Amino acid sequence: MADATTTRQGPRKAHRPAVNLHVIGPLVALAALVIVGVLLNPNFLSYGNVTNVLARSAFIGIIAVGMTFVITSGGLDLSVGSMAAFIAGLMILVMNALVPTLGAGWPVILVGMAAALVFGFLAGLGNGLLITRARIEAFIVTLGSMGIFRSLITWLADGGTLSLNFQVRDVYRPVYYGGILGISWPIIVFLVVAVAGEIVMRHTAFGRHCAAIGSNEQVARYSAVHVERVRLATYVILGMLVGLATIMYVPRLGSASSATGVLWELEAIAAVIIGGTVLKGGFGRVWGTVVGVLILNLIQNILNLTDLVSPYLNGAIQGVIIVLAVVLQRQKKAL
Amino acid sequence: MGVVKAFRALAVAAVLAAPAAQAQDSKVIGVSIPAATHGWAGGMNYHAQEAVKRLEKTYPQLKFVLATAGDPAKQVSDIEDMMATRNIDALVVLPFESAPLTGPVKRVAEAGKWVTVVDRGLAEEGIEDLYVAGDNPGFGRVAGEFFRERLPNGGKIVVLRGIPTTIDNERVEAFQKAIEGSGIEIIGMEHGNWNRDNAFTVMQDFLSKHPKIDAVWASDDDMAVGVLEAINQAGRQDEMWVLGGAGMKEMIKRVMDGDTRVPANVTYPPSMIATAIEITALRFVSNAPVSGRFVIGSELITKDNAKDFYFPDSPF
Repeated sequence: MADATTTRQGPRKAHRPAVNLHVIGPLVALAALVIVGVLLNPNFLSYGNVTNVLARSAFIGIIAVGMTFVITSGGLDLSVGSMAAFIAGLMILVMNALVPTLGAGWPVILVGMAAALVFGFLAGLGNGLLITRARIEAFIVTLGSMGIFRSLITWLADGGTLSLNFQVRDVYRPVYYGGILGISWPIIVFLVVAVAGEIVMRHTAFGRHCAAIGSNEQVARYSAVHVERVRLATYVILGMLVGLATIMYVPRLGSASSATGVLWELEAIAAVIIGGTVLKGGFGRVWGTVVGVLILNLIQNILNLTDLVSPYLNGAIQGVIIVLAVVLQRQKKAL
Repeated sequence: MGVVKAFRALAVAAVLAAPAAQAQDSKVIGVSIPAATHGWAGGMNYHAQEAVKRLEKTYPQLKFVLATAGDPAKQVSDIEDMMATRNIDALVVLPFESAPLTGPVKRVAEAGKWVTVVDRGLAEEGIEDLYVAGDNPGFGRVAGEFFRERLPNGGKIVVLRGIPTTIDNERVEAFQKAIEGSGIEIIGMEHGNWNRDNAFTVMQDFLSKHPKIDAVWASDDDMAVGVLEAINQAGRQDEMWVLGGAGMKEMIKRVMDGDTRVPANVTYPPSMIATAIEITALRFVSNAPVSGRFVIGSELITKDNAKDFYFPDSPF
């Protein structure tokens, strides 16, 4: 990518992000969508609708923040959707198994949450080790683990659906539906993850190392960057964020099946790219990813709120807007 | 005479009594079905395995080859493998999609094998010896009639559709026809793809958009789960009821318990694969004539008959 060299120094001078045209491409697209939404349906900006959209963006959003680091350092992870389904299934099994001993209360849920993070850590570690130690292409490793996780959840659920114990579910429910000051937990967690991600990307050595590796691995290696260690860390972080997203996901419907998390990986990758991160690595923008996730979810929301097009064409509209959002941004960049 | 003989053979098969006569040469029946990618398919896989287990025990001369496929191309390969390496005498196939499977299944039929097609018809007529299917227009019609009965003065409803396919179209068309002229108005219709999460978000948006909804045709029990949760979240439980479909055990349980928000269900049994395998087996172990079409009706499940449709052991 031509812009890799210019943007590599980005973090250094980025203490006060200057508003320039090529940066605001995704924001323009987001603003345009919001205006369209308001014009089409008066309920669009209602508290209920805004909360719904933000909360349902949280799963993909949390994962996409992790994906931003993986892609920035020149990697890719196709397994996150299946991984989320698999972790959700394991988490439900763990919690159901512990109900007789611990009772249906918060202790069980806390163990379940810890289990989700541990499983996420292990899954990310597995991917990361295969990529960095066994030196297999990230695309192949994660394509493989995508199939493995998807099969395992189908097998665990016996082809059906794993459901969380009903009493536990009643206790756990507020983690998706509750919140503080009218802001629900998934939104709060998403916000915290996004802010932390932005800080790490822009203001830490780790963030700079990711960009350096993605931009030119050899140069990074000569510059004493622990390439393997940083790479491995990006996959582990992503795995744990998938675990975190699962913690938010399970209380929503209290179930996991082979239909859980289908195509989340592509949505997450699309959000990252819409947000301005370079697919080949070398430059990442966490807040852009957040905007990308919101764009994707708003399109679906607006299509549901209006009857403008046949539902058969929803996918096409989505595709056009995704491509437009990126075109807008790349053209601005060329200026 | 022939009828009596056939009847006797059928009766024998039905009570699973006699370990069939020895020294008959063994027959191989191939079963090719889509993988368990959603609830209904999961139930279908379960019933296929159960049927195979039961029949292998009852009829030692029957052998089964069961293959599940994640996409149409894989299913075509499965069928080709069965022909090439397992030398099957009959094929029971639930096509992933009609068009891509028509050619390969036709070649099996042309090789002189018995072919049973389940649920989704092939794109060309007259290939199969036996067709076993659910009644998709009936599924929509029964649902529509239930809405008519429950909303005699009309009302505003929203509809969630499945994955865009012929099955979905047939159901929705029959539903629309059944409610024609009843004053019931469909104020929103979107695809929830037979998926809980998709149905949840679609219903959330319907609830934002429409201040008044009298009922929801979720048209599938997986979607009904998502829909009910979205209604809970909005706190509008008392405003509307939900009709799902296909007979998921949790939903049947709620109907059985008299839950007012889930007043009924409409069957589209995943166990139809078991019907198909059993009938195909009969062709080899009895003289009962089994060629033709066997359409399994869609029935309305209410509180009164729900216990007949409740299978707690099935994954669906």
